[in-house]
Amino acid sequence: MPVTQYVLLSALLFCIGIYGVLARRNGVLVLMSIELMLNAVNINLVAFSARLNDVAGQVFALFVIAIAAAEVGVGLAIVLLIYRNRVGVNLDEIDLMKG
Amino acid sequence: MLFLATEAVTHAAKAGIAEKAWLIPLLPALSFLVILFFGKKLPRGGSESGILAVGLSFVISIFVALDWISNQAIVDQHWVWWHNGDTKITIGQHVDGLTAMMFVVVTFVSLMVHIYSTGYMHGDVRFTYFFAALSLFTASMLFMVLADNLLQLMIGWELVGLCSFMLIGHWFEEKNNSSAALKAFFTTRTGDVGLMLGIITLFFAAEKTFHIETINRLALEHEIGHGLLLAGATLLFLGVMGKSAQFPLHIWLPDAMAGPTPVSALIHAATMVVAGVYLVARVYGVFWEGFSIGAGGLNWMALIAGITMIIAAALAFVQDDIKRVLAYSTVSQLGYMVAALSVGAWTAGVFHLFTHAFFKALLFLGSGSVIHAVHSNNMSEMGGLKKYMPQTYWTFLIGTVALAGIFPFAGFWSKDEILLGASKNGYPFILILGTIGAFMTACYMGRCVILTFHGEYRGHGHPHESPRSMTVPLLLLAIPSVGIGWLNASMFHVEKFAHWVRFEVPGVEFEPPEHKADIALALGALAVAVAGLAVAYWVFYLQTAPNRGAFERSPFLRGVKNVLIEKYYLDRIFVDGVVGFIKGPLARATYWTNQKIIDGFVNAVGAGARIAGRFTYDVLDQKGVDGIVNGIGVSASETGGVLRLVQSGRVQQYALMLFAAVGLLGLALILFT
Repeated sequence: MPVTQYVLLSALLFCIGIYGVLARRNGVLVLMSIELMLNAVNINLVAFSARLNDVAGQVFALFVIAIAAAEVGVGLAIVLLIYRNRVGVNLDEIDLMKG
Repeated sequence: MLFLATEAVTHAAKAGIAEKAWLIPLLPALSFLVILFFGKKLPRGGSESGILAVGLSFVISIFVALDWISNQAIVDQHWVWWHNGDTKITIGQHVDGLTAMMFVVVTFVSLMVHIYSTGYMHGDVRFTYFFAALSLFTASMLFMVLADNLLQLMIGWELVGLCSFMLIGHWFEEKNNSSAALKAFFTTRTGDVGLMLGIITLFFAAEKTFHIETINRLALEHEIGHGLLLAGATLLFLGVMGKSAQFPLHIWLPDAMAGPTPVSALIHAATMVVAGVYLVARVYGVFWEGFSIGAGGLNWMALIAGITMIIAAALAFVQDDIKRVLAYSTVSQLGYMVAALSVGAWTAGVFHLFTHAFFKALLFLGSGSVIHAVHSNNMSEMGGLKKYMPQTYWTFLIGTVALAGIFPFAGFWSKDEILLGASKNGYPFILILGTIGAFMTACYMGRCVILTFHGEYRGHGHPHESPRSMTVPLLLLAIPSVGIGWLNASMFHVEKFAHWVRFEVPGVEFEPPEHKADIALALGALAVAVAGLAVAYWVFYLQTAPNRGAFERSPFLRGVKNVLIEKYYLDRIFVDGVVGFIKGPLARATYWTNQKIIDGFVNAVGAGARIAGRFTYDVLDQKGVDGIVNGIGVSASETGGVLRLVQSGRVQQYALMLFAAVGLLGLALILFT
């Protein structure tokens, strides 16, 4: 079974995700882009799992989905708190760590 | 605590009270402290403390002497005072016949002088001070006698010198007295430089020990080279010349008569001045080998002693001050003692020290009694005192005949022994000088007695006999002056003294030579002494000698007299020659050296240090060290300035760098595998 299409799809999704992470200024959108990148990885894992007849890849994918859910939970909570404290989730303005 | 560790070493088979000999100097030392702190509060101004302590010391000394006579066991103990590297500085006691004899002499004479002083010094402004110094002197002298090592001996030696200085200058309000004290101190100190160098020489020569017995043994067993021994003995003898007033360092002793008369009796006749003789007797191994005494002929020590006994006796003829007559007599007699030791007659020298202490103390105390009565030291203001003060007269006469060497008084026996030793050991010139000296001694002492006690009274006021506190010591001293010579009457086969007091180094076969008595020599010496007294009687009492006034008429004899009155110009030579040279050219040269060379060097060093300091500050510190420190700071700060640009705080920028890095690493992975 060829995996080319899956890999291409995965690469496309990953690139869209990177673009979203780096280019968007809205915190919520950045989190959503991270989800895209994670799922691009998931596609790769599942595709190669099927190709190699090895179930470990699918197990990894399940782990990634579970952790992504937790991560989104924490991330959204942080975004919500930032929004409450600073009235806005523009990432350009969050530079407390500036040296 | 004085003694850090006690490490007693005894090689006595059996020792009783002799082991407690350290009590003898300790008691007067305690007495000194008592008088110093409480003397003025005591009912008799501190004199009772001194008399008690010295009296107890005398009793212990007698017991130590009796113990020695019965056991003949040498006590040689020491305690470690401190360590200096491998060298142990010890303090110790060495008790043998010589020590025991010195103990008895010093404590006895000191006790007599203490008692006598309560009368003589009665009402003195510094009565308490005087007794404190007497106690300190007695303690120091006994400490010196007790010493088993040269260092301790030197400590005692210097302490007695200090006490001598203090007591000569007792009435320091008068310039003459304080000058005399200084003169005594400086002159003896001059000799003491030699003493110190001699002790150092022997210390290194004898494998780093001060222990006298060891030094004696090494010297007698030829373990020390002859050159070193000669140097050591010569240097030590310089100290002896200072302390025991040998020519030419004898000049201080007559001036020391400026002190109170009891002091003259105790310190400047009976005890301190014989310290030098004691030293020679104690370290005899070094002198015997160093000066090759056994070889006979002539040695340096004998020469000095011979000169001393003659010139001092000659000076005694022209003195008017009764104490100065006795002082020159003391110098002359010290010459006899040193001469005896220098010709190998050890027992004779020590025996003369022993007898001389009694009759010379007696003579001095007698002269003090006279001075007390007539309030003058000058014999020209005395005369005819025989009938006013009979006790003083008779005791003084006993002292005189004892000193002159008339049979059977004390001086006869000891002087005879010295002449015997000189003749048998091959020192004819000492025999000749000693005989001439004996004649002169008898003659000037005859003159002294005649001018003081006979003829008409030439002074003022009414002389009177002295109080009992002064006459009793005179009587007590007169007893040994008469009879003590019988301890060593060799021609009657009595040689107890020679048996009790002898030079002995355990483990070494050495004994100074002893000789059978020579009746002819003894009779000759006696005849010479009698002749001396007869001449004195003829010239000074009868005043009928045919050449009366010759000293005024003949230019030659007048010259001789002037030389004597000027004390051979020795004081002039010392003052103009030595002191003048030091004050004049030497001082200037020293000043020049100081200013130009030493100061120049010091200044150059200072300037160099300034330049070096400036260089260090400007170049090394400011540019070097500070540059490095500042450079590190600046570079850290600038690196930080560059790096802080990266720390924008913007998450997306961090993420961009992250992904860029991952991309680059991925590219590298693809390209390089």
